Amino acid sequence: MALLEIEQLTTDYGPVRAVDDVTLAVEQGSITAVLGANGAGKTSLLRTISGLEQASAGHVRLDGEELLGVPVEDIVRRGLAHVPEGRGVIAELSTEENLRLGGLWRGADAVALSDIYDLFPLLRERRSELAASLSGGERQMLSIGRALMARPRVLLLDEPSLGLAPIVTAQIMKLISTLASERGLAVLLVEQNARSALSIADRGVVLNLGRVVAEGAAPALAADEDLRTAYLGF
Amino acid sequence: MTRFIDLTLNGISTGAIYAVVALALVLIWRATRIVNFAQGAMLMITTFIASSVISSSGSYWLGFGVALACGLVLGAVVERVLMRRVEGGPPLNAVIVALGLLILLEAIAGMIWGNTPRSFPPAFSIQGYDIGGTRVLFSPNDTFTVLVVIGVALVLTAVFRGTAIGLKMRAAAFRPEVARMLGVRVGRMLTLGWALAALVGSLAGLLVAPEIFVGPNQFDPILVFGFTAAVLGGLDSFAGAAVGGILLGLALSYVSGYEGSSLVTLAALVILIVVLMIRPGGLFSSTQERRV
Repeated sequence: MALLEIEQLTTDYGPVRAVDDVTLAVEQGSITAVLGANGAGKTSLLRTISGLEQASAGHVRLDGEELLGVPVEDIVRRGLAHVPEGRGVIAELSTEENLRLGGLWRGADAVALSDIYDLFPLLRERRSELAASLSGGERQMLSIGRALMARPRVLLLDEPSLGLAPIVTAQIMKLISTLASERGLAVLLVEQNARSALSIADRGVVLNLGRVVAEGAAPALAADEDLRTAYLGF
Repeated sequence: MTRFIDLTLNGISTGAIYAVVALALVLIWRATRIVNFAQGAMLMITTFIASSVISSSGSYWLGFGVALACGLVLGAVVERVLMRRVEGGPPLNAVIVALGLLILLEAIAGMIWGNTPRSFPPAFSIQGYDIGGTRVLFSPNDTFTVLVVIGVALVLTAVFRGTAIGLKMRAAAFRPEVARMLGVRVGRMLTLGWALAALVGSLAGLLVAPEIFVGPNQFDPILVFGFTAAVLGGLDSFAGAAVGGILLGLALSYVSGYEGSSLVTLAALVILIVVLMIRPGGLFSSTQERRV
């Protein structure tokens, strides 16, 4: 059984069906990439999984337990952390306050700040500065580091490469790969940048207008000429 | 010179009261990003309750404690029942609801306690200290007021800056959705913010009541002055609110003493407008500006 299972998930915004009958799974220690153009339903899929949007139908199971209907505040307590699009750092708080916030509900059980700083040495240098002063890449690191503070088993990442320089994107992708392979996290990675996402993913799912139009092992998707020209843009 | 000293002392003691109201407004602002225009009416209710308890029990401190407890409860109820419905919506909705609550509470107070202002006892003697044979315009009760302001500002700063609950409250106020994703129970934080602010507000009511008496509309000017003090301090800083309150108290005391008391409200308005025009972020803000 996969750690995160999504089964026939459907989300409607009024008359608009944003997520349409999506089924996918993420194994422990692996990365599943969700690809597709703007408006394909990628962000809506993640927001439904983490409880921010209400599903119309389907199931989301973490380790066999249903997550749909669980309040947003409690989803993270079940072991699922969502790193939202646009970083989601709280600009008015300092770097360190943002990090601490991620582990507060765990109390003494949270990851030590020094562990996160070891993973992201840049953040240690800027610990007391307001998050507003961080660069795009630093904010992304802060956002991921903050999610890690709660010791999640599943990490949802929404467009971590958005707005980042290619070299920074490569660093972030390498880090995500390490989190899955060395720490055993199940990662659901939403990306428009299909090429870099597929370079680290185990499996890929391509969405179009909310529906799954292709899925399979990452190398196979990357090698599919028709898919690349129709949906992936590389 | 004696007059100047008297006006200064008087400014400090009345400014301290504005500062407590400002602290309550800043607290709500930091915890929920709402300016609570009903604060004046809420503290009026708790002060009336204190007045009833004191006159029936004869104990000032019992009334004091009951008022603070009622403030805590009133704040939580107002948030749960009323403000919860407008949180996250356009800021104007919250302002309108707060103004509606202000009118409602003043009407209810009038029905229960009547519209004639009644006197209220001070915590300590209001007879000025005797320094070298002359009585100065500063009494043990004023000392108490000033100490309360400093204490409240320090405690609130420590809670918001240094504790987990303060961090959660700030996160809930700035980015409720992100805070929820990180496991913060945002609803509880907002309730707590309102409860604490109403507690501080009821403290302000108890401090100011001996001077202005207790009546349904007696506290309206206090809210205006408290709001001005909060804006002077930048709305976001407890220390700023405390200092803003004292500065405003001094300014209004000089205006009242040298130009006449009828100009006081006008002077407060002028100060408010000038600060908003020149330093919209408050006197103590760094460069960041906010649209008001």
